[in-house]
Amino acid sequence: MDPSRKRAIRLTVALTAALLLASALIYTSFSAGREELTASQLLRTAQPGQSYILAGTVVNGSVQQAGSALLFRVRDPKLHVSVPVRYTGEVPDPFHAGRGVLVTVQRQGTQFIGEENSLTTKCPSKYQAASGAE
Amino acid sequence: MEFLIILAVLALVVLFVTRPFWRPDSDRAVAPKDVAELEAARDAKYREIRDAELDVRTGKLSQEDFEAIDRTLRAEAIEILHALDDARGRVNGAARERLPSERR
Amino acid sequence: MAVVGRALLILGLLTCAYGIGVSVYGARSGRREWVDSGRRSVYALAALMVCAFAILDVAFLRNDFSYNLVASASSTTTPTLFKAAAIWSTQAGSLLLWIMLLSLWSSLVLFLSRNKVREIAPYATAVLLGFCGFFTTLTVFVHSAHPFATSATPPTEGAGLDPLLRHVTMMVHPPMLYSGYTMLTIPFAFAVGALISRRTGAEWIQVTRRFALAAWLCLGIGIMLGARWSYTELGWGGYWAWDPVENAALMPWLLATAFIHSIMIQEKRGMLKTWNVSLILGTGTMAIVGTFLVRSGILSSIHAFVSNGTLNWAFVALIAAMVVVSIGLVIWRRDQLRSEARLDSLLSREAVFLFQNLVLVALALVIFWVTFFPLISQAITGTQVSVGPPAFRPFVVPLALILVLLSGIGPIIAWRRVTLENLRRSFVFPAAAALATLAVLLLAVGSGASAFAFAMFGCGAFVLAAVAQEFWRGTRARRAMSHEPAPLAFAQLVRRNRRRYGGYVVHAGLAVLLIGVAASTSFQHSRYATLMPGQSTKLDGYTVRYVKPTVAATPARLSLGAVLAVSKGGHPVATLNTRHELYPSQDPSLGPIGRFFNGSDESRIGLTSGFTRDVWTVVNPSLQPLQGLIMQGDRLFTRLERDTMPRVVGLPLAKANAALAPLWQARDRAIAELVARYVNHPWPVTFLMIVSPLVMWLWIGALIVVAGALIALWPIPTLAWLRARSAAYAGRLAREPA
Repeated sequence: MDPSRKRAIRLTVALTAALLLASALIYTSFSAGREELTASQLLRTAQPGQSYILAGTVVNGSVQQAGSALLFRVRDPKLHVSVPVRYTGEVPDPFHAGRGVLVTVQRQGTQFIGEENSLTTKCPSKYQAASGAE
Repeated sequence: MEFLIILAVLALVVLFVTRPFWRPDSDRAVAPKDVAELEAARDAKYREIRDAELDVRTGKLSQEDFEAIDRTLRAEAIEILHALDDARGRVNGAARERLPSERR
Repeated sequence: MAVVGRALLILGLLTCAYGIGVSVYGARSGRREWVDSGRRSVYALAALMVCAFAILDVAFLRNDFSYNLVASASSTTTPTLFKAAAIWSTQAGSLLLWIMLLSLWSSLVLFLSRNKVREIAPYATAVLLGFCGFFTTLTVFVHSAHPFATSATPPTEGAGLDPLLRHVTMMVHPPMLYSGYTMLTIPFAFAVGALISRRTGAEWIQVTRRFALAAWLCLGIGIMLGARWSYTELGWGGYWAWDPVENAALMPWLLATAFIHSIMIQEKRGMLKTWNVSLILGTGTMAIVGTFLVRSGILSSIHAFVSNGTLNWAFVALIAAMVVVSIGLVIWRRDQLRSEARLDSLLSREAVFLFQNLVLVALALVIFWVTFFPLISQAITGTQVSVGPPAFRPFVVPLALILVLLSGIGPIIAWRRVTLENLRRSFVFPAAAALATLAVLLLAVGSGASAFAFAMFGCGAFVLAAVAQEFWRGTRARRAMSHEPAPLAFAQLVRRNRRRYGGYVVHAGLAVLLIGVAASTSFQHSRYATLMPGQSTKLDGYTVRYVKPTVAATPARLSLGAVLAVSKGGHPVATLNTRHELYPSQDPSLGPIGRFFNGSDESRIGLTSGFTRDVWTVVNPSLQPLQGLIMQGDRLFTRLERDTMPRVVGLPLAKANAALAPLWQARDRAIAELVARYVNHPWPVTFLMIVSPLVMWLWIGALIVVAGALIALWPIPTLAWLRARSAAYAGRLAREPA
């Protein structure tokens, strides 16, 4: 076979494989992903009985133990709004007031109940400047 | 005290980085660019020849394939060596045209 | 000395600017003294940064809390070893470490190449100084990145090092990662220099190849240390979570893996020039992206971008500049990047390397896409979409399997071309080993187990058998020539072919490591159990009994733990000690007693490791039974402090401390009695228990990879090199036509 034809075939095969991979990647990302909501979005849109991923920072001084449950507030990154969360289950070691967390919650009245063992503290950026330093 | 330390460091740095201007390394052996590139190509070609020899000894290459590849590699090596000789010849010729004290 | 430190940084920045100018001028004018001066600028910068780093480290060791950095990350109670390493737990300190390492590695490469690559080196010098200048600018002009900021009223005690970072691996992990990142900028810089100067042959690769390999090794060590820390320090029992911070190091490592393979093709065949420069430019850029990702918090901390505005925008600008310049250079010099040869056959090592490169790049792109997907989705849809580990697996698993298989095929296939007959002969043993392994496992484990695990075991067995075959055949061939005893022939074989056999050892190590990953993820058993002392639970054939609670209390730390006895079939296996440690907070609003229970905490894992399985456990005691007493204690001691403070106001510090000492002692006694209730009146505590097979294979595999990389990196002795050259010359004379 003519070498340039061979190269054209190889290039076509490679590009097709790349296109398939990219399409699968995009499809999986959008279909498997779940929206993270901030505190303000949650207050606005959360319906009782549905699960949402709440993303935000734990408010300083808000962490309390109440029986086997952990109570804390998660604040919105931009607005001065926070929501109370009542959570039971495994608490990750890095969990701390002032750290970013993700927790799956359901609305119950004015409170949000965290699903058991759904709390994750994102690996804290050790280099984040203290608030107000910038 | 700290000011003196800073001044001393500044002086040291300035002296150090400007040294080539007031005391150049005139007699350092530096291969001309073509020669250096050809030497790199030659070394790579020798490694290829050795790799092919190891491949045939370990059974990855048939004797027939090895002989064909070895012929090709040695021919490529000879070309590089010729080019290297030419490049070195040009360098030596240019050096002979300069004053004897400037030769490496 | 903080003033001296600041001055050293400013001097460093000026040196960078000077060095860039003289290097570029020297390159354009061909005047060697200007180029030499540029190179010396790098040496001078390295010396300045080492001095600056030393000043800061001494401040940490001396507990000089007038330095803001020392006050924020260290304390008088921090162990000395951790104090010395605490410098890089901070933004500013880690940036200083970055600059120091980059200047040191740059000095080394420029020193080693001072008589070579004369056209390329000045541009490379300018690029390296450019990077140094960028980071130095941040430390000089960005407040939160300034390592020598001081306070006029220093505290008497520092905040201390985050307890999670008080781990030996965390002392080595950042320097390894930064060494990897900084060494990747070296081939990047030389690639830029090669493109600008039109010297796109193999010369720049020969000069930088070892640095690329060393960077790959250091990044790999850093990644494995991070995995080890995660497994033994964080209380979740895993070693890899596809966290953005983890992926930040993995992506450049994958691209560097592709690069160190594909440059072999350029060295041998003059092929893939465009691919190689593009790859290393992308790898260097990804190293900066990784550095940015870890310290910006754009993905780790939700929306932290805003709080680190100046720093983040500076990094974004640098990354954008690198991308634009890289693409521009490749397009501008595309004529110099034409291949000198073509691929002879798909049945060749070149083809395997090329395919492996594509898989590695695909892996890196997949990880990049999923890691940054929250930001991508926000840009497209306006909301951040969270994708966790499940999004990685459908892509990473098959790509990893293909990669492992290729790492076994590569060693047994020859360069240029190979006949089907030779291929068959080389494949028989490894394929048989893979099939035999699968057959044995199917009989032992059954067909219901994870298909991924089986596939990885089979591929791993293929690789190990292929590598063993290569060593066997090579030793046999050498013995046939030299008649040496087998051990000596083996040693000489490796010594004379370090790159090749070092690489084979790396492949074997990778196979062992990934077998460990497959087994420990697919056959892991875990459960939560809430137990009282004396109670037991079962997990994967093991009986775990909660023997007794343990407690320890000092002003620096409280510890609530447990002793567990692990047995199997009635026979004792191990005794595990696990504890939950509480470090006091400095926040007075938490209460004089409460702050000791509501500060940072850390888990100490109970672990028994074996060649075939690990038993891992962590305790998470609830503090709820103590809450009432803690609150009572807070009220009592708040009142006592309020009554005592007026008496000590105005007293000299020493007298004030002496007057308050009985109060603190009473407080410490109260806390000790509080925590003693955990032992004297124990309550049910929750344990997470995990039994994982073959976790040890990860660490063993990593060590094998390191050993292989060191073999490949080790320089050839000069005498042997000269002998090889002269022998080749003799060969030439024998073969050249008259």
